Amino acid sequence: MPPTMDMLRFATAGSVDDGKSTLIGRLLYDSKSIFEDQLSAVEAASTAKGDDYVNLALLTDGLRAEREQGITIDVAYRYFATPRRKFIIADTPGHIQYTRNMVTGASTADLAIILVDARKGLVEQSRRHAFLASLLRVPHLVLAVNKMDLVDYSQEVYEEISEEFTRFADKLNIADLTVIPLSALKGDNIVTRSANMPWYEGPSLLHHLEHVHVSSDRNLIDVRFPVQYVIRPQSSQYPDYRGYAGTVASGTLKAGDEIMVLPSGFTSTIAAVETADGPVAEAFPPMAVTVRLNDEIDISRGDMICRPQNAPKAAQNLDAMICWMAEDALRPGRKLGIKHTSRSARVMVKELDYRLDVNTLHRDQDAQELNLNDIGRVRLRTTQPLLCDDYARNRETGGFILIDENTNRTVAAGMITSAD
Amino acid sequence: MTASEYRLTQLETLEAESIHIIREVVAELERPVLLFSGGKDSIVMLRLAEKAFFPARIPFPVMHVDTGHNFQEVLDFRDRRVAELGVQLIVASVPEALDRGLVSEPPDGTRNRIQTPVLLDALEKYRFTAAFGGARRDEDKARAKERVFSFRDEFGQWDPKNQRPELWNIYNGRIQMGENIRVFPLSNWTELDIWQYVQKENIALPSIYFAHQREVFDRGGMLYGVHDVCRPKANEKVFTETVRYRTVGDASLTAAVRSDADTLDKIIEEVASTRITERGATRGDDKFSEAAMEDRKREGYF
Repeated sequence: MPPTMDMLRFATAGSVDDGKSTLIGRLLYDSKSIFEDQLSAVEAASTAKGDDYVNLALLTDGLRAEREQGITIDVAYRYFATPRRKFIIADTPGHIQYTRNMVTGASTADLAIILVDARKGLVEQSRRHAFLASLLRVPHLVLAVNKMDLVDYSQEVYEEISEEFTRFADKLNIADLTVIPLSALKGDNIVTRSANMPWYEGPSLLHHLEHVHVSSDRNLIDVRFPVQYVIRPQSSQYPDYRGYAGTVASGTLKAGDEIMVLPSGFTSTIAAVETADGPVAEAFPPMAVTVRLNDEIDISRGDMICRPQNAPKAAQNLDAMICWMAEDALRPGRKLGIKHTSRSARVMVKELDYRLDVNTLHRDQDAQELNLNDIGRVRLRTTQPLLCDDYARNRETGGFILIDENTNRTVAAGMITSAD
Repeated sequence: MTASEYRLTQLETLEAESIHIIREVVAELERPVLLFSGGKDSIVMLRLAEKAFFPARIPFPVMHVDTGHNFQEVLDFRDRRVAELGVQLIVASVPEALDRGLVSEPPDGTRNRIQTPVLLDALEKYRFTAAFGGARRDEDKARAKERVFSFRDEFGQWDPKNQRPELWNIYNGRIQMGENIRVFPLSNWTELDIWQYVQKENIALPSIYFAHQREVFDRGGMLYGVHDVCRPKANEKVFTETVRYRTVGDASLTAAVRSDADTLDKIIEEVASTRITERGATRGDDKFSEAAMEDRKREGYF
């Protein structure tokens, strides 16, 4: 396996019994990523439970409570590789009460797979999953029409589901949609094209995962370098060294570039972009580098390096879509902590604009509060300016988390829709 | 460069992600420590920490929870590596904890479970607010559910049903006095990634990872090296075998595997084609129950 291959992160979503665990089991099994000791442990556990088949879901449901209830209660991460690519699967539960887990898994995903049962067609949850993928701006979406073996591999059934979904997806922001008919249980169109569906001319699921082009999904235009940590060795070897360490959020940086630092607005030029392995010709996302400047400017964690002609907004009023993740309801007037890039501040929830019904996309403007797993649009006022972009343009500088300052728990995921 | 050239390999992506996490901890949590066993994962962790703050030194100490049942090669390696990097080494000693009665020797003589109180005691004593561990999600099904920033209460406990959601690359490191965060920057690495990285970075490892001849005996289908703390019973026959270790842990619990892989190339080839997981092949401590790892983590194990 060459160390030079790249990586794809994808999230899987599907309602209960759509065959998600079987699909993941199948991908792991066919790519030889299930090990014999894991398989025999699953076989033993299946026998002990009285199942008459090897329950591959036991491979992914690792917690005691999940095994007891036979459901997935939390996002889990799985790994497999083919000679072309390494894959990270965010395995997210389908129940509506775990919307927050799908949001969590989708936040870092390049691609989302939504499973539907060919016999049932689109259900409310399929629409909800598609909406969440579009809300989180997952660049690529796959609708996997599963259990095709149970509808006699019918082209008609497939096309009906495909068309209905495409009509729904037109209302969302989905840049790239691929629909694949398959049977996770029988292995049709998983690794190779199935002889049972000669009418289907697209790729197998694994072929698509291996070839989908993701490097162009990154924003290479807007230079955004949130300063994470200031490196000052103060050693005899490096007496005057001052480097700004961080992860390139978007755009590219190289020596000689003119830059501006926010919020101060000071300008300078880049002296060098360095790593422990030496200077790099050009840094791009998601490289973790250290930037040195030609002028001594006061810069600290939470500041942002950008280009003078292309700066993020420095804003204290934010309109944002949020997914509320806590048991206690969110009401206007509440004060919370916010973490956005490397900057932390406090916010006051000024208004709840609407609560969204994620199944119908209906906006309820009379809603007074957001409850656990609700999604809605809020207006926030921050104690200090955030250096931000709209999430639609930049996932890295448009996303934030809210923190309950009493319990320190992460209580919401937020996506900026506009700021001033 | 054209747009298609702005690509990182999977190792470069994983390295960048880990460095981001390590820097975030140092920026936000006052007193971090790196848990260092001398095994390959914690050795990779040290390299990543070195890279994250270059040219400055690693700005936190390392701590070894020493069961007193170690492989000598690993202890020698530990001391050498720490001296090279100029970092402070703290040893949290299980034998010393046994002497002062913090823990007592389990009837079977294995010390895996009693490491946990010793670890928690040391975290409290030095008031560490964050502890880096080299655990990977591919190691165990309970670890597959673990967060990168894993919140632990004042008893060091992990509650899998009560974890903080983790979104994008934004981590929440806020804690109250007495609580701490376990941080796992290698969460998304697999065993093969670790070995490929060791090769790419030309990282030195303890010799027991490479195939060598060792006196072993078979116990429950696993090959244990003869050691002061791991002696064959009367019915267990000792023989010489060419073996290597896939993990480095307590010598009383960590088994070797039959292998001729005496170079990194051969190890990578072996790891890429093996059909047995790392822990399944080598760790007696995971065989106690179906949820052994989850149970230990709930108690505060890393």
